[in-house]
Amino acid sequence: MSIRLSTGGRFLNRARPVRFSFNGQRLPGFLGDTLASALLANDQMMVGRSFKYHRARGVVASGSEEPNALVNLGSGNRHEPNQRATTTALFDGLEATSQNHWPSLEFDIGVVNNALMRFLPAGFYYKMFIHPRSFWKHIYEPFIRQSAGLGKAPAPEDQDPDTYEHFYSFVDVLVVGGGVAGLQAALSAAQSGVKVMVIEQSAHWGGRAPVDGGTIDGMDPDAWVEKTLNTLKSMPNVTVHTRLMGAGVYDHGYALAYERLSDHDPDKGGVRHRLWRIRAARIIAATGALERPLSFAGNDLPGVMLASAVRDYVVNYATAPGQSTVVVTNNDDAYRTAIVLKNAGLDVPAIIDARPEGGGALMEEARGLGIRIETGRGIARVRGLRRVVSVQLCEQDGDGAVLEDIPCDAVAMSGGWSPVVHLWSHCGGKLNWNEAGAFFAPDPDRAPTDQTGAPFVYCAGNANGAMDLKTVLQDAVEQSQNVIGSLGCESGDASVPSVAQTQEAPLLPVWLMPAQAPKALRSKAWLDYQNDVKVSDVQLAAQEGFESVEHTKRYTTLGMATDQGKLSNINGLATLSKALGEDIPAVGTTTFRPPYTPISMGAIAGEARGALFQPVRKTPLHDWHEAHGAVWEPVGQWRRPYCFRRDGESTQDAVNREITATRASLGLLDASTLGKIVVKGPDAGRFLDMMYTNMMSTLPVGKCRYGLMCSENGFLSDDGVVARIDDQTWLCHTTTGGADRIHAHMEEWLQTEWWEWKVWTANLTEQYAQIAVVGPQARTVLETLGGLDVSKEALPFMHWVDGTLGGLPVRVYRISFSGELSYEIATPASHGRALWDRLLEAGAAFDATPYGTEALHVMRAEKGFIMIGDETDGTVIPQDLGLHWAISKKKDDFLGKRAQQRTHMTDPDRWKLVGLETLDGSVLPDGAYAVAEGRNANGQRNTEGRVTSTYHSPTLGRGIAMGLVHRGPDRMGEVIRFARDDGETMIEARIVNPVFFDPDGEKQNV
Amino acid sequence: MLILTCPYCGVAAEETELAPGGEAHLTRFGPGSDDAEFESYLFYRENPKGVHFERWRHANGCGKWFHAARCTNTLEVFGTYPAQTTEPPAALREAISAKRPGWSWRSFSEET
Repeated sequence: MSIRLSTGGRFLNRARPVRFSFNGQRLPGFLGDTLASALLANDQMMVGRSFKYHRARGVVASGSEEPNALVNLGSGNRHEPNQRATTTALFDGLEATSQNHWPSLEFDIGVVNNALMRFLPAGFYYKMFIHPRSFWKHIYEPFIRQSAGLGKAPAPEDQDPDTYEHFYSFVDVLVVGGGVAGLQAALSAAQSGVKVMVIEQSAHWGGRAPVDGGTIDGMDPDAWVEKTLNTLKSMPNVTVHTRLMGAGVYDHGYALAYERLSDHDPDKGGVRHRLWRIRAARIIAATGALERPLSFAGNDLPGVMLASAVRDYVVNYATAPGQSTVVVTNNDDAYRTAIVLKNAGLDVPAIIDARPEGGGALMEEARGLGIRIETGRGIARVRGLRRVVSVQLCEQDGDGAVLEDIPCDAVAMSGGWSPVVHLWSHCGGKLNWNEAGAFFAPDPDRAPTDQTGAPFVYCAGNANGAMDLKTVLQDAVEQSQNVIGSLGCESGDASVPSVAQTQEAPLLPVWLMPAQAPKALRSKAWLDYQNDVKVSDVQLAAQEGFESVEHTKRYTTLGMATDQGKLSNINGLATLSKALGEDIPAVGTTTFRPPYTPISMGAIAGEARGALFQPVRKTPLHDWHEAHGAVWEPVGQWRRPYCFRRDGESTQDAVNREITATRASLGLLDASTLGKIVVKGPDAGRFLDMMYTNMMSTLPVGKCRYGLMCSENGFLSDDGVVARIDDQTWLCHTTTGGADRIHAHMEEWLQTEWWEWKVWTANLTEQYAQIAVVGPQARTVLETLGGLDVSKEALPFMHWVDGTLGGLPVRVYRISFSGELSYEIATPASHGRALWDRLLEAGAAFDATPYGTEALHVMRAEKGFIMIGDETDGTVIPQDLGLHWAISKKKDDFLGKRAQQRTHMTDPDRWKLVGLETLDGSVLPDGAYAVAEGRNANGQRNTEGRVTSTYHSPTLGRGIAMGLVHRGPDRMGEVIRFARDDGETMIEARIVNPVFFDPDGEKQNV
Repeated sequence: MLILTCPYCGVAAEETELAPGGEAHLTRFGPGSDDAEFESYLFYRENPKGVHFERWRHANGCGKWFHAARCTNTLEVFGTYPAQTTEPPAALREAISAKRPGWSWRSFSEET
């Protein structure tokens, strides 16, 4: 059983006991524990069930590479799935539960998959669930979703109560990794005076060195780390950060880092996670190395762990995963684990070394401690059900014939070490295969390059393939000097600390144990614990023709889980290369993608949630609307009132009331959001003639003209009224959502095509409040305010005039989007509310009724006016909408003219705008399609039109609609059929003129 | 995430400050052009692995359009220049030739 040792534990604060719960059971631990070390200290060997076969799984690693110990943390709206127990700091009151089992961790029904394992090999889902097709959606997928998978996502209605933020940082050198390599590299770089930021993902500096031993400058590694760290902290050009993980490296020196500020102490308050967005001229990735498992049968049983992890738990957490631990290895490093265990008073029944000659000095040291050493041997199989009972010894170069059964309760395995090359590879750094070490290491000749073409990522220490303490520190200094030199700085102190260490004998690559393991053993030898991929699965993939490592990955799911194959990748591709009979470098690696370990969605969102998700634009009348029952509708970043609901009124009631009142007497609309772009200069007229389909240069001063804007490929993009202000000045109104886009569109053509034209543009949208005064009493109310002659003679339709109304400076446009007598009144934004209040006051006698966007829409539809975004969708040209009258035939050129001459654009078979009246007076469903005879090549019913706008008209007391219909204007009076949402029921509608109300314009012509 | 230096305001701009605008140095064909010319102007674009000329707008900055010469493979930026030109500046073309001997892009190349 796993136990807590009575002494030791570098990270433990034994003065601070804490209590936590696992699956509801209250357990003790210490501050400084991780959840994993505390679980092991309580003999909780099994921590979860595997993804596919529901096998019992325990802690394998001690860091972020952990594949098995994934738990649910917290509860309610703080519930988080898939949290790694090995990187979860323990605190008082921590709640964790295990994942992927039912009904409980100990008794899991899904473990039946384990018994069926030989029927569930790689690609099983693809082969089994393909027929019949219809079964996938209703039977197979729900079943697989229930039985496979990891944690459960939080409930969708739960809002994360914690806060998150983004930080920005700009540095010369970013050092990722706070082990001895990172600290030494940072020190060497910082001495040249450049700005250095050092980040370490854990809470502790020094990495593995304090656990692994040796001396640096005559000090033990802990002391050297403390001294170096203090030096760095004292330097004004250096910042150091713990709990900050280098997550990803991107183009041109951009890096993302993920800080966990309060996960270890939730009562601390404040921001929980922080995403750092760092621009670094150079990045030194001192990210260390990860130990590889060995592939032998039963290597996934709880109690089988990485040798380095076993050492970590003993040294750092005073926790022994077993009282009797067999060490199995192909290298010298694992002997350190055996020595640590023995020195802690624990039993090591044997070290099983696959190398025929065994190891070097460390082996002699172990032997000196009385440990039995078996060289040239391997493990045939680990015995046990939910924890290790014994290992079966065999010849490594054999087929697994059992020589002896060695009882033990834990296994420490080491298959060698692989540099953490993730950050190097994220942005295109390439790798070389290192034959001696059996790992991929960065190829310095193929580094990620920045905007100048210079390498900007440098790996140092283990990450660069320097595997012992002495070469690690040498490499750190050398890479640091390279970085400083590449920045054109004078290097400072380039001295390398002196190191005393034990020499190690070479490793022997071992990809399968024993070498000739039969199928029965290979199908129990795990490569990827988290996704349940075994040696036999990868071999099957190769046999079935998945020769590319990327294909094998996807077929078997090797390396595709949340650990992204940190432990499994090298073993997996070595297995593949052997199966294919190719060299490992020829097979290559899969692509490393950020983030290095998963980061929280909260950190990615940062502050951008709720009210801060995006800015809200408010008109000068916003507060009035808010206070008078506005039902808000987002229009771009604006909020516009959809309608103003009075007590007891439904939204539809309010819309109907607003329309009726406006048509009967007087309505008021806040039109301030309409885009207002001033175009000015000697060439402004010529420019606008290119921008608009109709002629704007000939527009007389004092008059308005409705204009259409098209993109260069002919499609209608925006519309609005243009007013000629003076000889060289035009004011262009755009749609509410179009102002910024159209302004940018104008600037694009001015700057990139007609840059010699003397034209200036300015977007004045927010400078003016604009109020539409609409209805038969519109003129009367303006006359009541006084100050301007707004008579039919003085201010005819499509004219504008400057002046004052009720003492306020205004520009009055006589234009109409409703078919009523109507004035749009612009006033400087600061006067907007005053004008609105005076209009309400003066209009009270006429039942002045503020109306919202829905009434606006219905009234324009009653008049057959198009709306950008309803009648247009990026495939519609003005000719489709019957707007020929707004397209100049005199102009040689305008944007879109040439495109509108293309054959498809002039095709008489295009869908064109018509009015639609249902025979029963009902409202057509929005977006409904008109169904035609027959079916198309895909077996779908043919269509002959669709609804673009559809409303209930209170004026006409019936449903009205506009739509685009095949040869529509030629088919007036014809009845066509529209499908309801069910796709079956039909509604009949007659094709009519789109102007439903007052076709002769008598109401506005007064 | 790219960094491009705006030739107008001199700011080394983050990609989030910029709006991409597609291929640079297109010749506009309007009314009077034949279908092949017009379609090539409107639809056909280069897709090089290597030297490329493209348009960017310093949208969240000074608002100006500019051109960038960039390697689509390594993302190396050879230079940026104002958009008010129909061809890359000679000095920039020489700089590209020094780094990518034998390059060519549409009608431009090391020789021309």
